[in-house]
Amino acid sequence: MTMGPLLIGLYIFVLASFVGFEVINKVPPTLHTPLMSGANAISGITIIGAFATATTADVSVSNIIGAASVALATINVIGGFMVTDRMLKMFGKKK
Amino acid sequence: MNTEFLSTAVAPLVYIASTMLFVFGLKGMTKVKSARRGNHLAAAGMFLAVVGALLELGLVDYRWIAIGLIVGAVVGAFLAIRVQMTEMPEMVALLNGFGGAASALVALSVVWNDVVEKDAAETMAHTLRGGAADAVTIALSILIGSITLTGSVVAMLKLKGKLKKGQPILLPGRHGINLVLGLGAIGLTAYAGFVATGAEGVTLATLGLTGVALLLGVLLVIPIGGADMPVVVSLLNSYSGVAASMAGFVVGNPLLIVAGATVGAAGLILTQIMCVAMNRSLLNVLVGGFGATDGGGGAGDQVMEYHNVRSCGAEEAAMVLEAAESVIIVPGYGLAVAQAQHTVRELASELEKRGARVTYAIHPVAGRMPGHMNVLLAEADVPHEQLIEMDLINSEFKNTDAVIVVGANDVVNPVANKDPGSPIYGMPILNAHEAKSVFVIKRSLGAGYAGIKNELFEMPNTMMIYGDAKKVLQDLVREVKDL
Repeated sequence: MTMGPLLIGLYIFVLASFVGFEVINKVPPTLHTPLMSGANAISGITIIGAFATATTADVSVSNIIGAASVALATINVIGGFMVTDRMLKMFGKKK
Repeated sequence: MNTEFLSTAVAPLVYIASTMLFVFGLKGMTKVKSARRGNHLAAAGMFLAVVGALLELGLVDYRWIAIGLIVGAVVGAFLAIRVQMTEMPEMVALLNGFGGAASALVALSVVWNDVVEKDAAETMAHTLRGGAADAVTIALSILIGSITLTGSVVAMLKLKGKLKKGQPILLPGRHGINLVLGLGAIGLTAYAGFVATGAEGVTLATLGLTGVALLLGVLLVIPIGGADMPVVVSLLNSYSGVAASMAGFVVGNPLLIVAGATVGAAGLILTQIMCVAMNRSLLNVLVGGFGATDGGGGAGDQVMEYHNVRSCGAEEAAMVLEAAESVIIVPGYGLAVAQAQHTVRELASELEKRGARVTYAIHPVAGRMPGHMNVLLAEADVPHEQLIEMDLINSEFKNTDAVIVVGANDVVNPVANKDPGSPIYGMPILNAHEAKSVFVIKRSLGAGYAGIKNELFEMPNTMMIYGDAKKVLQDLVREVKDL
């Protein structure tokens, strides 16, 4: 059996969705916002897709759009993880 | 070492390590003890993903990537450091919008690079490497990413109390408009991928699709009331995961597909959990209009018809509080707005010194985000053990001497238990009204987010203390000390 890249992609899409469903089964309300924020930072993974769109030195529309998507994804990643950490740091402070 | 080896053998292994860190990270973030470490693991996974991606690219021109990275890192860090704890929900919404936008831009960039700038004469499905599948996933990236962007921005503005103070905005015939736009988006997806030819045709079709999707994002969120924004942000978070996953199909990167799909599913489950906490169905939230008043006016400012409401000053309240053996504080969004978390803790300490047992009752949706109050009070060093979730504390109210409601409204409205006609009927509430005496610190008798009257304010055991939460709490601290 041979599988094209699309089919393999669909397989991992479906299986990864199950992982996502299973990983989050019970969450205390306290953690809803930080978890949302952390998951949001992970969705900044699109940053590595953005890299692939701006790999030449040309000043072209595609490269400018690519650089913009790198920038936006980086904001999502850096901002997301830092904000999540700031929130979670609060919970660690109990004496 | 040759770059070929790094890109085809090392990079995929780095991606697998990254995937594992994401899964462990997410898992960790579901428990209080391991949450911070979970976030660190996920961040480490992201770092590995970036390293892997750079290895996979090999020797290319990095200037555009570097510009994007530097600008993004500076802006992202600046936003994260500068943001106030009270503004976290808005911040999450905004960052989520950026993530969605990035995924849409990845797809647009591919369209420009492979079709428009090559001046391809054929359709996208014909020109692109992946054929029809690429044409579809590109359109989906653009569609979902753009909806996520504008939807998140609207959600952010609503959380900030902009846009009619967060009230639902109900356009006439909105379901029809959305249906037309939705069908239009599907039509444009097919048109852009399989019908439009040449640089000009493809440009017009993809930009048209982008425009429709951006508009759809706005229209889908404006009818939803501010109180439901946490659910909306969580759902949009799920969307941005799916958008990233679609972008993964576009650029042929398995890590992007995996991480995007995992976040998409996790976001969906979290959305469901949040809906259950509010006793609403997701559909009920998304249809919107919750809490809209018939006249469509801003209910937040409206003064409702109240009878027999009693109010008192700080001195009178302090006398009752000083004698109380058990005190429960019910914090709400007003506490966040007034930045009164430190003052409320100060009051609690004063009461504890006088022998009272003080706890905080945390409603699952108090504030503008679940967990909002926990974050806020933790900032003021309130011990975690004093924050008690609704299910555990609800039976305590009837044995409690005094309850102080600070800037909360709908979550203590007994009507939710009694009146099936009320828009918040069935929402679980904190049974504050069962306490011997209840003090409600509030600016006025204005309605809360749901825009309805609160019966608690009329009860004989309730005393209103009007004013800014911080100011009133400061007065209470002073009066308690003076006694």
